[in-house]
Amino acid sequence: MNSNNEYIPFMSEIKEIIKHTEIEYTFRMTYDGEVKPGQFFEVSIPKFGEAPISVSGIQEGLIDLTIRKVGKVTNEIFEHYVGDKIFLRGPYGNGFDVDIYKNKELVVIAGGTGVSPVKGVIDYFSNNSKEVKNMTLIAGFKTPKDILFREDFKKWEENINIILTVDSLDGDEEGTYSVGLVTKYIPDLKFENIKEAVAIVVGPPAMMKFATQGLLDIGFLEENIWVSHERKMCCGIGKCGHCKIDDVYVCLDGPVFNYVKGKTFID
Amino acid sequence: MGFSFSKEGINNVFKEWSKDYIIYAPKRIIGGGAFSDTDSIRYEKIDTVDEIEFNVKSTFSFKEILLPISQTLFFFTEDEVKEADGPKKGAIIFLRSCDLHAVKRLDEIYLRNGFEDYYYKRIREKGKFILIGCKSAFENCFCVDMNTNKIDAYDASLEPTENGYVMDNKCQDWEELLLNNSLSQDEVNPSYVTETKIHVNIPEGLSIDIAKSKMWDEYDSRCINCGRCNFVCPTCTCFTMQDIFYTDNGKVGERRRVHASCMVDGYTDVAGGSSYRKNNGQRMRFKVLHKIYDYKKRFGYHMCVGCGRCDDICPEYISFSNCINKLEDAIKEVNGNE
Repeated sequence: MNSNNEYIPFMSEIKEIIKHTEIEYTFRMTYDGEVKPGQFFEVSIPKFGEAPISVSGIQEGLIDLTIRKVGKVTNEIFEHYVGDKIFLRGPYGNGFDVDIYKNKELVVIAGGTGVSPVKGVIDYFSNNSKEVKNMTLIAGFKTPKDILFREDFKKWEENINIILTVDSLDGDEEGTYSVGLVTKYIPDLKFENIKEAVAIVVGPPAMMKFATQGLLDIGFLEENIWVSHERKMCCGIGKCGHCKIDDVYVCLDGPVFNYVKGKTFID
Repeated sequence: MGFSFSKEGINNVFKEWSKDYIIYAPKRIIGGGAFSDTDSIRYEKIDTVDEIEFNVKSTFSFKEILLPISQTLFFFTEDEVKEADGPKKGAIIFLRSCDLHAVKRLDEIYLRNGFEDYYYKRIREKGKFILIGCKSAFENCFCVDMNTNKIDAYDASLEPTENGYVMDNKCQDWEELLLNNSLSQDEVNPSYVTETKIHVNIPEGLSIDIAKSKMWDEYDSRCINCGRCNFVCPTCTCFTMQDIFYTDNGKVGERRRVHASCMVDGYTDVAGGSSYRKNNGQRMRFKVLHKIYDYKKRFGYHMCVGCGRCDDICPEYISFSNCINKLEDAIKEVNGNE
């Protein structure tokens, strides 16, 4: 088989399945090769098609794919168990460059599954907390039962500031959750020098819009904000056209964009 | 070198070519048109020069040869994939200047934008292009304004004359074959158009702000998002992946890619049910700006080659060239709003 053929998927074994919610699991898969947080793989299920899924964790020989069961392909993935093999191709996209955020005051604002693409960055600075001046993660979920990566949050809490918030308690009065949208906490953030501070915002379109606006309102510079976009990345390699916005191919030039570019997007 | 041929002479050449190539050319499909008693001109495999329709613009473009409408990428068994074989023979493609300019656009996307496309490349590198000169412009053509009316980058050209055919050849490997079958050797310059009835003015100073213009709203009701404009366009390159499984054995199947259209529902659908550009006017805006604005921003030259096929095919009589000519006023409208 020709090695220049990017469309041919390779086999990857499911090593572990971490169940976050009823419809959101992390599949820990075998993968040897370079990969950056924020890049994505096409999960390729014969008969069902392909779906672009961002890498939510990177270890030696392993990648995490956190998948929500919402479509034809992802429904089928949930029929697989540890030990099963799944076809993948990738990684594609630019991903996050952690060097940009080193020695800076960093705030990450993520909503729902938006935590996945940026989770590799959070892991990195949680494990290497001396490499940032300080770091705050504001993570928002709909209700307590929608919270992803609970185990990781416990680990992160030891090294970085965490604001874990839910839109509503939805009857779960037991836990001690902050209630409110992620934007609620932005005005209270404290920075030594806000003009130098950097931010990453990932989540549903409306959340990204209001969270970036919140950051600009407190004095963030546009060029210090990065966003990650999701579109229909059908081929992942700049050919099929589905993810094009203006002169940008989200799959090639993104999905991570500086806000100076990202703010110009009109679908 | 230039050559003159009798019909028999050129047919002998075709016969020789057929050993290594499949010859594709625009061919009249009697009764194949959209309305009763109308024909359609489509690209088909041909054996003789008589089969080529020289006098009319083809309804669909040559692109289906380099990018088949439905192309099998690989076959699945339960846990293995097997790459689909490519064509054994090369392709000789007869096309007009605008379409040969379009090849450059296909190459840009499929050979250079990101990864090289394996399936495109393997057909493309065995392709030869024979220019059909245009003596005059057809309805809706605006190639002169798009600078695509003339081209030198052909392997050979062919045009009918009163009593035969003339060819300009640039392919060294063919010289001897052509010499042996020609009536005479003379200089041949392919015809090209210098004037079209339709003109377009792509205004300077276009920006994405034009998306906010009200000019697009008109297409919300006029356009029926059938996507024909995309499917006939020689520069539209989008596709969608499609998995097919065989009814006799549900565990075996194939993955294909099929032509896709940014005008048709489903193009931007993402998992979970959301989609972008729900209005047809906004889809029109996306398509038009790609052709004459943002492709150029990325690659340095316009995507549209001015063949006018989109206007020829539209069942709602929407004119792409008219739309371009509305942009100047739309810029004023958008700037006036600020």
